[in-house]
Amino acid sequence: MSNQDKPIDFEKERRKIKSVKKMKDIMTHYYIDAKTAGETGKKVAWITSGGPVEPLIAMDVIPVYPENHGAMIGASKMGVDLCEKAEGMGYSGDLCTYALADIACSPVDGGPIGGLPKPDMLVCCNNICGTVLKWYEVQARYYDVPLFILDTPFCHTEFSAEAQQYVRRQLDEYLVFLETACGRTCDRDRLQEVGRLSMAGQRLWQAVLDTTVNKPAPMSAFDAFFHLALIVTLRGTQTVIDYYTELLAEMQTRVAEGISAVPDEQHRLLWDNLPIWYRTKWLSEKFASHKACLVADTYTSAWCGSLQYMNEDDFLGSMAEGYSRIYLNIGTDQMAAMVLGMIDKYAAEGLVMHSNRSCKPYSLGQYDIARIVQEQRGLPTLIIEANMTDARSFSESQVETRIDAFMEMLKA
Amino acid sequence: MLTVGIDIGSISAKAAVIQDGQLVGSKVMLTGYNAKTAGEKVFADLLAELDLARDAPDRIVATGYGRNSVAFAHKAVTEITCHARGAHFQDPAIRSIIDIGGQDSKAITLNEAGGVRDFAMNDKCAAGTGRFLEVMARALEVDLDGFGALSLKAQNPAAISSLCTVFAESEVISLIAKGARRADIIAGIHESVAARVAAMANRVRVQAPVMMTGGVAHNIGVVKALEAKLGYPVQVSAYAQVNGAIGAACLAAA
Repeated sequence: MSNQDKPIDFEKERRKIKSVKKMKDIMTHYYIDAKTAGETGKKVAWITSGGPVEPLIAMDVIPVYPENHGAMIGASKMGVDLCEKAEGMGYSGDLCTYALADIACSPVDGGPIGGLPKPDMLVCCNNICGTVLKWYEVQARYYDVPLFILDTPFCHTEFSAEAQQYVRRQLDEYLVFLETACGRTCDRDRLQEVGRLSMAGQRLWQAVLDTTVNKPAPMSAFDAFFHLALIVTLRGTQTVIDYYTELLAEMQTRVAEGISAVPDEQHRLLWDNLPIWYRTKWLSEKFASHKACLVADTYTSAWCGSLQYMNEDDFLGSMAEGYSRIYLNIGTDQMAAMVLGMIDKYAAEGLVMHSNRSCKPYSLGQYDIARIVQEQRGLPTLIIEANMTDARSFSESQVETRIDAFMEMLKA
Repeated sequence: MLTVGIDIGSISAKAAVIQDGQLVGSKVMLTGYNAKTAGEKVFADLLAELDLARDAPDRIVATGYGRNSVAFAHKAVTEITCHARGAHFQDPAIRSIIDIGGQDSKAITLNEAGGVRDFAMNDKCAAGTGRFLEVMARALEVDLDGFGALSLKAQNPAAISSLCTVFAESEVISLIAKGARRADIIAGIHESVAARVAAMANRVRVQAPVMMTGGVAHNIGVVKALEAKLGYPVQVSAYAQVNGAIGAACLAAA
């Protein structure tokens, strides 16, 4: 039977999110622009996922994210090969697999898009982890380009005046670094405007995520993992605003028409940690087979989680706090408070935690958060041991038993 | 009502028959290469032993890693739910289970009705499982059945620091080379298994009374070491190895 003869599954077609195609087009154009930057005279900066991208946009520098590339490598199941290659280069397999895959990609232009465009500079912010410092140093030596490091102090409980001053001064140095690298001054009015667009984009992303407060949820965390790419890579541009405005409208329509991400949604769960990129489809179908929808997650909401500390009228001034108080740079009690807030907001009845061998800062404290959730809401937690990029750390039958048992417990 | 529970584990296949709330028989055999064949054989052999016709059971539930390969079962349920139900069948007072099977170990807490409150399982590592003990028994050239009794004769349990089965085996080999006594090495191995399992049990806050199930419950050395780590007694199930199958048979009747 040829494809044309196959009966169309109208129910499945109805459930498909139509904006997906546009999103793919935007990402393709973005990577083409970045890869042809040499021909168009634009500069390329590699930047960490939680790094302050707005000054780059304001300076017309194309930001490129090795972590987004890592996710693409994981999703296209190329992680194992690249991690093994990095281990062969002498890096420990215990390191972050985004770092391993990226470092291994550089000399061979490997990965799903034939390697990232060569950087003219690197911008590293340690608000997400400490590994990025050494990772970016390695790449700065390899490409022989300047590296800027923004050091954001860990916010155990609060953001002190000293910390504010410390990070604020570095942001000024960051602008000087960019002006030197680009050979022109930074237009502060333009930066203010980019900041406004960035915040508008974040608000829209939050609004998209918030559509899952509806029962049934029009999208799941697995959809959010995909649609996240724009707020990460193109934050501060009009493109993000236009796309999320459209996506939000589509979600609102789905809510109105009762189109759910999971057929006959019966259970609502909250996901913690990075996705298991090479298994998102399997996991999505596994949970759906139990009529469970992962309605929200701590990961995709991290790109709009510190909006409350940002000020549109003084964007540069508020960046210090906004970029320091992100989910991975705060104490476990605060993380737990955010998880509890999400459980209440999205009416989740359980927590699914990916204990990620690759991402220590995200996985540290998970057992404490699980305990706090149990004590304060009486909700159970399922822990899945894996690695976001490296499939060698994933055992299907073990994960399947845990999910099945967890769902049996919830249904009982 | 006559129901059957079939538990296909990584090392052994188990079956249990329950008739009108009474356990009437159970059987254990090696799983071998083919989980599907093992399920059919343990089921057929047990029915034959009990003089029951193949179509006598009203309902069949399969559990264990091979649960989805038992085609003739009416339903597949995970071993976590089945162990909880099986322990409750044996003793309704039980509030926690520590199960150590061939390739995994788990701690389960139960509610009054025998349902699962919470559970934790070992990660992908084989340390703290039956397979770990098998590897050690081979290195020590001791029959696994004699492991428990032998370890009780230890005077100075050896320290096995490695959590990895392969590295622990080389530690054991180097202890043998240094002339350490077999009993002391075995006691050290049991302590390392107990330490790992107790940490997992504490994570789900196990409460007494605790029942131990799974094939490793037959090893008195592990049981004693576990009691020492937990600080309270552990009740060994009379049907340790077939507890999951019993639970599956109970659930089939529900």
